[in-house]
Amino acid sequence: MTQTSANRMSSQVSSVKGTSNPIKLLLKGRAFFALIAIVVVFSFLSPNYLTVSNLLIMSSHVAIYGILAIGMLLVILSGGIDLSVGSILALCGVVAGALMQGVELKPLGVILFPPVWAVVVLTCALGAVLGALNGILIAWFKVPAFVTTLGVMYMARGIALLMTNGLTYNNLAGRPELGNTGFDWLGFNRLFGVPISVLVLAALAVLTGLMLSRSSFGRWLYAAGGNENAADLSGVPVKRVKITVYTLSGILSAIAGLVLSSQLTSAGPTAGTTYELTAIAAVVIGGAALTGGRGTVRGTMLGAFVIGFLSDGLVIIGVSSYWQTVFTGAVIVLAVLMNTIQYGARGIRR
Amino acid sequence: MSGAATSRPAGEVVLAARNIAKSYNGVKALKGVNFDIHRGQVTTLFGENGAGKSTLMKILSGVVQPTSGEIVLDGRPIVFSSSTDARNHGISIIHQELSLAPNLSVRDNIFMGREITSLTGVDYAEEERQVRRLLEELEEDIDPLTPVEELRLGQQQIVEIARALSVDSRILIMDEPTSALSATEVEVLFSVIRDLTAKGVSIVYISHHLEEALQITDHAVVLRDGNMTAYAPRADIDLEWIVRNMVGENYDLGSPPTGHGFGPVMLSVRDLTVPDPAGGGYNVVDRMSLDVRAGEIVCIYGLMGAGRTELLETVAGKLSASSGEIVLEGKEISHLPIGERIARGLALVPEDRQRFGLVQTMSVGQNLSLASIMEFTRGIFTSVRLERALIQKSIRDVTVKTDGPDVPIGSLSGGNQQKVVIGKMLATDPKVILLDEPSRGIDIGAKAEVFRILAHHAAAGQAVVFTTSEVNECLSIAHRIIIMRRGRISAEFTSDITKEKIMAASGEAVAA
Repeated sequence: MTQTSANRMSSQVSSVKGTSNPIKLLLKGRAFFALIAIVVVFSFLSPNYLTVSNLLIMSSHVAIYGILAIGMLLVILSGGIDLSVGSILALCGVVAGALMQGVELKPLGVILFPPVWAVVVLTCALGAVLGALNGILIAWFKVPAFVTTLGVMYMARGIALLMTNGLTYNNLAGRPELGNTGFDWLGFNRLFGVPISVLVLAALAVLTGLMLSRSSFGRWLYAAGGNENAADLSGVPVKRVKITVYTLSGILSAIAGLVLSSQLTSAGPTAGTTYELTAIAAVVIGGAALTGGRGTVRGTMLGAFVIGFLSDGLVIIGVSSYWQTVFTGAVIVLAVLMNTIQYGARGIRR
Repeated sequence: MSGAATSRPAGEVVLAARNIAKSYNGVKALKGVNFDIHRGQVTTLFGENGAGKSTLMKILSGVVQPTSGEIVLDGRPIVFSSSTDARNHGISIIHQELSLAPNLSVRDNIFMGREITSLTGVDYAEEERQVRRLLEELEEDIDPLTPVEELRLGQQQIVEIARALSVDSRILIMDEPTSALSATEVEVLFSVIRDLTAKGVSIVYISHHLEEALQITDHAVVLRDGNMTAYAPRADIDLEWIVRNMVGENYDLGSPPTGHGFGPVMLSVRDLTVPDPAGGGYNVVDRMSLDVRAGEIVCIYGLMGAGRTELLETVAGKLSASSGEIVLEGKEISHLPIGERIARGLALVPEDRQRFGLVQTMSVGQNLSLASIMEFTRGIFTSVRLERALIQKSIRDVTVKTDGPDVPIGSLSGGNQQKVVIGKMLATDPKVILLDEPSRGIDIGAKAEVFRILAHHAAAGQAVVFTTSEVNECLSIAHRIIIMRRGRISAEFTSDITKEKIMAASGEAVAA
């Protein structure tokens, strides 16, 4: 008995060590190599692709998906899914737009113009409330995540349409005499030449990375996603972890909504349609397992950049946007296939 | 009584196992088993958990193929390619785990996959008629159109039995058919078995209820660690003979640690009642009381369904009690969440380490430190240095054989994985440690080590409660042995008791 288990162990050790061979390395760093390949190929096809200004512009596009994808990563790590992020993004954008237009209080006969910081705080709070609603339904009432977030996705989108009657708020600049200017700062300004939105993405990614790798909450999240029962019996507050990740995903959707409407200088109720799918794609391309417990912020960021740089590259070389959709789909299928090879092989070995 | 069966002459051999062996990934589950199944007689397989009974059943019913050896049907060697193939040869099986579709009706379950069809589709009326006749035979008042999920567990087992009977098999394998049946239902089942054998059907029977099985069987086959240790007709055997052959020589699993006095009562359970978590409407733990002192090792022995697991899970906070008190060090803890109970010094090592013990996506080290994360958290961040120290200490404490803390948990052997689960809970420095079947699915060497670790911790003043379904393990390190039956304590012994008495105390009341 001892002999056989020792043999089994040594064979497993050798296959773990096998990660040093080139194919395994390529498989492990696939998102990174895919990004390099995209940059190299498009640099050949277009001289304008690999310039600092273009990379920064593309990065500011990636910021929207990237911020959503960070929230999606947290949810997917917990073993769930959040389909409502695109709609929460739109609703939060619309609410921010409405607040910038001024809130009319009829009985008092006044119109309130909240300052920009207040708009940002209120919008994030709205995102948090919607996310917490998802989390509570999923953790306490055991409604499947797919169904819960699908419902919230429809409701948020519907409320956004109701609020605006289907129209778009175009004037988000605010008025200097009211002191509520500066909403375009998020989408247009630069710090040391880098768009603010990219800096926001970078800051959020670093914070989330630290949280996942170094905080007790991060460890709880990986454990709850890897095996909820075992985590529960080990004293991990699984329900609290779930509610927290959906709440964070809601807040991040609100931030993405603010960045997007600031970039577009308008807030429309149909913004962010299908963005939840792009965010899921980024997380999956980044190597996370949809079953939970596996994935990193670094991978997810690479995934977001792969999608963003690919679709912008196709635009730059003048490929039809219909083809972009096809390419993005192919990349997603390829990514999931590779995830299956990486994690599936581990499953069979046991 | 069914003693009459013993005098029946041996019928012709319909099915025979010849030197059957089976290995899974190099681990030998069966090592050459030989026995015969006679026409119209009952052959019972005895053996402890992991002895190879289920593997043998799967081979006989075509679910898995033997690594070597052959099955002889009516004197000719035969290979079953699948369970359907075996069924076509007249062999069917009643599985221990129910394999019914809960959303379908009793009728649809019984005819699942072999519906009676006519030109106009499925002939439901004919199916219903046949089901009614079967259920009448089993003296069970169930409407054939009831969805299976609305039946209680025992009735579901009856449906499972009815399904096997509906096929008109020549050989019927029953794996623990009575585990959820009441005494009356068992009697009915036995009379059905006698009818079947009278018609020439051969029965292969597996049960943990030794006395019950002795009532019905004509032949006994005893397995231990994949070997067949004995094979004899009913007339030549008794309970003692079975136990002796099942349990075999004593492995040295240690002895109760001595030389330290027991401290104060650490855990006190008062009148604890726990309703069936599956919604069966009865109590799995029934007004049970138990005190455990510091330094004491208590073993809880009982059959499947006796309520051992539910008792431990309720004390640990996974299930909730309908009434009763759980007192840890003088403080009532029933209302606290699991994490808080762990923090106060109560740890549970669950029975099923794959489902409830380990996080497979994490490394050995992360699994070991999972229950003590707050111990190495400073401010908002975890300390890598403190975590390393805690993991290294755990690996030494429970002697995990691993290539370092960063390898995947799946790369360890079963015994070492179990040590990781135990190490994880011991790392929380508990005052009371509960272990549900800590020796399940690990080899004898690892078992001895696990018990050595527990004895060591008890000597250091921790209270230890573990459950087992193997009698040998009761007689290892435990100071006190508690026998559970149907959610209650049926007997309590000190460590100088015999195996036979323990088994007798755990068995179901002999019906009739």
